[in-house]
Amino acid sequence: MIESALRFGHRLLPQLVALTIILLLIWLVFPGFFSMEIQNGRLYGSVIDILNRGAPVALLAVGMTVVIATKGIDLSVGAVMAICGAVAAASSVRGDPLIVTLLLAIGTGLVCGVWNGFLVSVLNIQPIIATLVLMVAGRGIAQLVTEGAILTFNDPGLIFIGSGAFAGLPMPVVIWLVFGIAVTLLVRRTALGMLIEAVGINRRASTLSGIQTPLLLMAAYMLSGLCAAIAGLIVTADIKGADANNAGLWLELDAILAVVVGGTSLLGGRFSIIASLAGAMIIQAVNTGILLSGFPPEFNLIIKAAIIVIILVIQSPRVQAGVTFLSRKSVR
Amino acid sequence: MKFKNALSCATILAACMFGSASAADLTIGFSQIGSESGWRAAETTLTKQQAEKRGIDLKFADAQQKQENQIKALRSFIAQGVDAILIAPVVATGWDEVLTEAKDAEIPVILLDRTVDSKDDLYLTAVTSDLVHEGNVAGKWLVDTTAGKPCNVVELQGTTGSSPAIDRKKGFEEALKGHDNLKIVRSQTGDFTRTKGKEVMESFLKAEDGGKNICALYAHNDDMAVGAIQAIKEAGLKPGKDILVVSIDAVPDIFQAMAAGEANATVELTPNMAGPALDALDAFLKDGTKPAKWIQTESKLYTQADDPQKIYEEKKGLGY
Repeated sequence: MIESALRFGHRLLPQLVALTIILLLIWLVFPGFFSMEIQNGRLYGSVIDILNRGAPVALLAVGMTVVIATKGIDLSVGAVMAICGAVAAASSVRGDPLIVTLLLAIGTGLVCGVWNGFLVSVLNIQPIIATLVLMVAGRGIAQLVTEGAILTFNDPGLIFIGSGAFAGLPMPVVIWLVFGIAVTLLVRRTALGMLIEAVGINRRASTLSGIQTPLLLMAAYMLSGLCAAIAGLIVTADIKGADANNAGLWLELDAILAVVVGGTSLLGGRFSIIASLAGAMIIQAVNTGILLSGFPPEFNLIIKAAIIVIILVIQSPRVQAGVTFLSRKSVR
Repeated sequence: MKFKNALSCATILAACMFGSASAADLTIGFSQIGSESGWRAAETTLTKQQAEKRGIDLKFADAQQKQENQIKALRSFIAQGVDAILIAPVVATGWDEVLTEAKDAEIPVILLDRTVDSKDDLYLTAVTSDLVHEGNVAGKWLVDTTAGKPCNVVELQGTTGSSPAIDRKKGFEEALKGHDNLKIVRSQTGDFTRTKGKEVMESFLKAEDGGKNICALYAHNDDMAVGAIQAIKEAGLKPGKDILVVSIDAVPDIFQAMAAGEANATVELTPNMAGPALDALDAFLKDGTKPAKWIQTESKLYTQADDPQKIYEEKKGLGY
């Protein structure tokens, strides 16, 4: 038990070190960074902002991790967010009860997942191309739903998902924490995680050994669609409106980055959802840190890129091997 | 549905006013970029309304963001022998050939909302807003409203490097020059979107002592302001009172915020570019009066005193 916990800690070490260093850096340029207070019955502060604003990418990263573990990739999640947000807003404007709105949005996400899964697992199209279809078409579909305008709504229940609070935490934070833990338990407390890794490492061998590969791939893309639907609900509820042009724009890339920063290989196989969530928080910490630092906006992307490069270099196999080599020497 | 209702209203309106409109039975081609934003959709609606009001037969072509579609549309307008062409060019370059063809066919071309890099004898006139002036109007409003009291301003910029972001920033800073009571303490990009506007405003509020140091917000467009207003409310402050909010564009939702007292002022980027264009065309066709090469649309300032609820109702149906 202790041994497995230690191994888990070792797996997460690079991400946690990177996150700590970034948080300390932000604290250096902005001393009030760690201060927190209770306002309107909830925690209020920059650290909470990171957890809150990181919610969409964290949710997407959960689904993306599983898809990438099967040696796939899902480029459509940003567009699926826009579609699901648009569906939710349209349903709310029509006056549907909250539960119908939520079911419609989540159902839409699952249908998008089924579409991707069908292209990948049944038709055997390469995932990057298969999901590109929906990435390109998705925003058009979302615009059809919103009729090209930003569709605003006033349903307090739906708005609660974006800006409400539960147990002192903003609702988006609660959602991604609970969802992330639930999926982790699902794949790690059952054989599911191992089967996913097996498919990612060698699809043919997995099929021959009796794994229902098409079903598993379909499920992975459906999970990704579900994650995108929840993320879409959050961003839509957050601004009380569905913005088909901008909701989730480029977030698929941030989600893939979160998975990579989390140390999961794009070649499939071993994966860690917790590490991807840490990766998502690293990305959001960088974003929030840049905003707090007060640098001119022209520097935003350069700073972000520089930090990401440093993290990836530290995580690279060569550097890791070197570190292990040196640390062993010094211990002896 | 809303859109159709608005159109049919416009038709009835046009029918009533038809008698008074003097334009002869003109046929005009209109090549629109597409419908990438609410403002663009409103421009299309208003152009159609203006044409109907004047009894003009408007041939509408949606280019879906592609220049080759616009060139095709222009060629087909020329082949049909229309009386004039309105075009909102998607890019600035590559128009010389088709504009020369229109000139050879003696069809006047009017540019709407954007300009082109061609020689100015290839088109009749260009009707656009002045982005620097818009920022200037917003800045003047803030100078007048604060009336010499010290005020820290935070700025939400548009997409970094885009011309509206550069020009609206420039105009605002020009207006603030010489008024040392006004200081821009923070300036970041919100990418013209609500989500980013809200996120960036949250960080401004944290960075400036929970917002107590901020007295006004200037946003390069209304959508970012709408997002920021939510962030201000969630921080426990009153937008419009604790923090003044001034932005640009005049989309319907900002009037709703103004009616609720949560936004203070907005500068209109009018979607009615066709009105001045058709006026100029009328004069040109009647007695050959050549209009100026650039017609600047009015950048009108709206405040809470302008009955925002009524303007919201009016603007809602335009397809924003």
